[in-house]
Amino acid sequence: MSRMQPQTGTAERTRSRRVHRSATDIYETDQGLVLLIDLPGVVPDAIEVTLEKDLLTIRAHTDDRPPPGYSLVHQEYEPGDFERSFTLAGPVDAGRIEARMSEGVLRLLLPKPQASEARRIQVRSG
Amino acid sequence: MARQDWLDWGGRHPFEEMMRLQNEMNRLFSSRFAGAREAPAGGFPAVNAYAGEQGVVLTAELPGVRSEDLEISAFRDTVTIRGMRRPPDDAAGYHRRERGHGEFVRTITLPFAVDPGRVEAQMTHGVLYVILHRPPEDQPQRIKVQAG
Repeated sequence: MSRMQPQTGTAERTRSRRVHRSATDIYETDQGLVLLIDLPGVVPDAIEVTLEKDLLTIRAHTDDRPPPGYSLVHQEYEPGDFERSFTLAGPVDAGRIEARMSEGVLRLLLPKPQASEARRIQVRSG
Repeated sequence: MARQDWLDWGGRHPFEEMMRLQNEMNRLFSSRFAGAREAPAGGFPAVNAYAGEQGVVLTAELPGVRSEDLEISAFRDTVTIRGMRRPPDDAAGYHRRERGHGEFVRTITLPFAVDPGRVEAQMTHGVLYVILHRPPEDQPQRIKVQAG
């Protein structure tokens, strides 16, 4: 599940690594907004999802090492960490956000607030 | 780690040279994946290679590709990675679409023949590992130098 944490702002990781912008699909379903985020090489524990007001941030780090006894001889891609932020346009039920990881893809479901939860504000006259 | 004979061909690794030439070819044939990481020259998927005593390990980032949709084959000194990524089945209205889907194929020629009976492939958290062995008779022999 997503961990709600205060935004760390400009804090940097102590290890200098390439940070990739992970490719993301965003689409609507009956249940709410779905985000599919490519995070190859990332284990579920290494993902941090935060929501602060309307800013959704996904951070993930990989721990890639060459197979034991092998050394890199050809490189076309650079494994690294991932980071991506989105400003949410509509209201989201923050308490019911679902996060699921499979095959290196993070699936976030941001449910729309239920009708009964919508706060009614009485407008008084006079 | 001991250096391999083919690891030391006059400065440039034979792997680099071969991959460079092949990228040209792959670019002509492989389908483009928007948002996916491509090899510098445009082949997909981008591949890293690690060399060891017995052979080579190829890795490629293929998030969202199911192992049943992947086919790895080896013939003499070439390895072919063929597969597809399916689009999400519950998508209605897209707000943003960066992840490509569809079929891809990439052929890689190695600087040595591989043992076709001993090709191992596994998917771990969206990363493909292909483990290729050199045939035993092809492996570099270490010659002991005896004192006279």
